[in-house]
Amino acid sequence: MNAIQRYLLRNRNKIILSSALLIIAAFGAKWAGGSLVFFQGALIIASFLGGAPIAIQAYQALRVKVVSIEVLVTVAVTGAFILRNFEESALVTFLFLFGAFLEQRTLNKTRSAIRELTEMAPQSAWKLRADGDFAEVSVEEVEVGDVLLVKTGAQVPVDGRVLCGEGSVNEAGISGESLPVFKEKGSPVYAGTILDNGTLRITAEKVGEDTAFGKIIELVEEAQDSKSETERFIDRFSKYYTPGVLLIAFLAWLFSKDLELAITILVLGCPGALVIGVPVSHVAGIGNGARRGILLKGSNVISDFSRIDTMIFDKTGTLTLGKPTVAAWKAYGDAQEEARSYLASVEKQSDHPLAQAVLAAVGETDLFPVSQTEVIKGEGITALVEGKKVAVGSAALMQRVGIPFRPEMKADLARMEQNGNSLILTAVEGELKILLGVKDQLRPGIKEDLRKLKKLGVQNLIMLSGDNQGTVDLVSRELGLDGAWGNMLPEEKAAYVQKLIQKENQVVAFVGDGVNDSPSLALAQVGIAMGGGTDAAIETSDVVLINSNFSRLPHALGLSKAASRNMKQNVALALGVVLILLGGLLFGSWVNMSLGMLVHEGSILAVILNAMRLLRYDLGSS
Amino acid sequence: MKTATIQLETLTCPSCLQKIEGALKKLSGVQQESVEVLFNSSRVRLNFLEERISLEEIEEAITKIGYEVQNSKVKPSRKN
Repeated sequence: MNAIQRYLLRNRNKIILSSALLIIAAFGAKWAGGSLVFFQGALIIASFLGGAPIAIQAYQALRVKVVSIEVLVTVAVTGAFILRNFEESALVTFLFLFGAFLEQRTLNKTRSAIRELTEMAPQSAWKLRADGDFAEVSVEEVEVGDVLLVKTGAQVPVDGRVLCGEGSVNEAGISGESLPVFKEKGSPVYAGTILDNGTLRITAEKVGEDTAFGKIIELVEEAQDSKSETERFIDRFSKYYTPGVLLIAFLAWLFSKDLELAITILVLGCPGALVIGVPVSHVAGIGNGARRGILLKGSNVISDFSRIDTMIFDKTGTLTLGKPTVAAWKAYGDAQEEARSYLASVEKQSDHPLAQAVLAAVGETDLFPVSQTEVIKGEGITALVEGKKVAVGSAALMQRVGIPFRPEMKADLARMEQNGNSLILTAVEGELKILLGVKDQLRPGIKEDLRKLKKLGVQNLIMLSGDNQGTVDLVSRELGLDGAWGNMLPEEKAAYVQKLIQKENQVVAFVGDGVNDSPSLALAQVGIAMGGGTDAAIETSDVVLINSNFSRLPHALGLSKAASRNMKQNVALALGVVLILLGGLLFGSWVNMSLGMLVHEGSILAVILNAMRLLRYDLGSS
Repeated sequence: MKTATIQLETLTCPSCLQKIEGALKKLSGVQQESVEVLFNSSRVRLNFLEERISLEEIEEAITKIGYEVQNSKVKPSRKN
């Protein structure tokens, strides 16, 4: 039994082909006026050929007490056989097998986006052995602390740090950033990225599922099979549905004595499109996101996200880059080159967060030794450079050391401050030389992104921040937000989210980056994490934008809406087809068994093809 | 207790899930409530006691009802 069964199941494609040829031959012979014996004979063989694999699967299902679709089809085909309706039995088995064949092909397509991602996982690594040589091993054998060799063109197998060597790495796989990133001793490297040129020796810090890449894959894999309430309902429903259909068909036969009617009910009742419709939309939607650096964690997320009323943003690191840079530069008097050098020399000594921004803005310049450095807390630094008195710091520091401001300087100061800059002044020998405005920059393109979100139907865009209300108002005005609240502690942000959800009945998304936002991320119906790839926020959130790529957010929202629509279309299509067929059966005479099977398989293919449209969804082009 | 993740050929029909689930829940040594058949990733995940049943026997149960096993991974189970 087992051997025959395996042979049949393995040669399904050949069976489908032979069955098709037999059916064509039979009908060809009939139209050509051939013998009835040949016509029926060919169809009988086709029925047996096609029926065998279905019957075997039905038998196996019954053994584990499941009334599967195959059981319904087998009973129906047997019925057709008893009625000596070989046309129906041959066509139905053929259509059923051929439909399954097409479904497998197309389903593979809908799942391809996610499979491509998982296939990017590193397979092997060159590991340093005790004898000092490198040997190629499977990536599972790599442990934390191992030293690995990464050659040009190879994948970095684990998350780790460069021990020696240098090269440029393509991190597109995990960050979506296509520019290569230069790596040298001490640089972090990530699993799944590709070394474009150079050779690196790295120490493994995280391996397998603990790597950023491993986590992303695990999340996507979990997501594609996480079930929404609707799906769980459909699952439960289909468990009783198939036996129900069997019972109804039996009753119909019992009362009407019409075997033809009974077996037609069996075929029409096959649940296919209904059960498959939601999960295929789902997997295609999640796949589309995964390709673009958007992780949607499951179908509940898709459904909540598509109904968002209010979107709340954290400011620093979400709407802004979270990295202060010099936004304004004003020079006074001559000897500017000298002043720049002195400024850089003093800042080089400092570990103040703004010092990095200043150094970046100054660029390359001569550096001089600095002496008699004095740090005045909260104000700045005074020092001696090349025998000249230099002061770098706030306006308060300048007043303390007695630097005079001309009226135009005062006006510049006031203007820059009003624009939300922090000020850094540089004075040399009692004269103000440079005035710098340092500001956290808005993300490039953020206005356009927010406009797209509005256009997609988000009613309120709100910003919550720990910064003072003045700065918050400035940013809010610049971005045209609907509301902005400053001086908010993490728990106050969370309370605000809760208030919107409970008191105002809104569906709320919270977009944030840090650990301090996790209460709000968890409370909001949709928590959206700007994930650098390793963040803890990734775990508490529902949507992750890999590598903090804010510009993916409008696509993520549009995709959720499209996926949600797609699911509804599929359910409507599936139910519609069943209703039309049942109507036709009850009130007309045009419905027969093979037509029923054709429509049934056709509707399954239709929902899969509809879901495949989601793979191509692109906000830009829609 | 170990957790096995078994990769199957592409699953297409919804009733396969019920069939595979039914077949696996019958096996002794397999923790019944842990059996999960994942449609989209075409995978089976379950907890089992390695002293009562081997991975090969579990795979055999799946092949016997007509589904191809592509590969399997076994890890110590996380909880329960």
